[in-house]
Amino acid sequence: MTEFTPISAFIGGSLIGLSALMLMYLLGRVAGCSGILSSALKPFSLLKGDWSWRVFFIIGLIVGPVFVSSLSEFSLPTDYTFSSTVILLGGLLVGIGAALGGGCTSGHGICGMGRISKRSIVATAVFMVAAIITVFVTNHVLA
Amino acid sequence: MKEFVGLIAGIIFGIGLTVSQMVNPQKVKNFLDLAGSWDPSLMFVMGGALITFGLGYWLFIKGKKKSLLDNDIPLVSQDPIDAKLLIGASIFGIGWGISGVCPGPAIANVGGLNTTMLMFIVVMIVGLLIGEQFKKRM
Repeated sequence: MTEFTPISAFIGGSLIGLSALMLMYLLGRVAGCSGILSSALKPFSLLKGDWSWRVFFIIGLIVGPVFVSSLSEFSLPTDYTFSSTVILLGGLLVGIGAALGGGCTSGHGICGMGRISKRSIVATAVFMVAAIITVFVTNHVLA
Repeated sequence: MKEFVGLIAGIIFGIGLTVSQMVNPQKVKNFLDLAGSWDPSLMFVMGGALITFGLGYWLFIKGKKKSLLDNDIPLVSQDPIDAKLLIGASIFGIGWGISGVCPGPAIANVGGLNTTMLMFIVVMIVGLLIGEQFKKRM
């Protein structure tokens, strides 16, 4: 069980939305985490002036949680252990699917849906349904 | 300047993921578990993010051609809804359901130094590279 936390969820979500708004208003770029990560891993020569902000975004994405964990009651969870199935199968499918589908929860779910992109609305509906079915199968059928 | 914007946006995004507890894989899995110990909190994360980004976009950005720092604002993709999108989103959803982790929260968890999460991130990056190859060849 996890506790129902609508207020902190809404505040956290608004911060995510604010970050996405900043990137689009100031840089004209979409805050899609899978896309930013894969571009940041490409050689500088391919992206030139569009490379380094992505690397700094990733650094911020790592530093922000550490910073807020040290200052507040909100913290990164540490008391879990993924099985090798979760690491290998989960990790691989998340990566392959995000690259092939052109986005993840942030790119399609927030930036795409927020701009009423048909592709993103369809992608978000599909991955939500697929995830809900998967959790149903792992928690209630296989368990 | 672009680097500074990237850094600040990343920090705010990471704080948002932590405050909302999207960084907690168990919370994400409980959100997806409608038939079990359902925790609807993450609907409020999506709601907060969509309201803030959506309102800001329609009020301040839509119709603008250039961002403040002179990049073109990307148009909403008019590509067709094709097999890549549908298959990719399905695969992504299955992986998200198995793990309770998507790419943003994965990176945000690096500082937690949980060994199994770090391994997950390495495998996820391999998956991203494989997925890009599939995308080119499909």
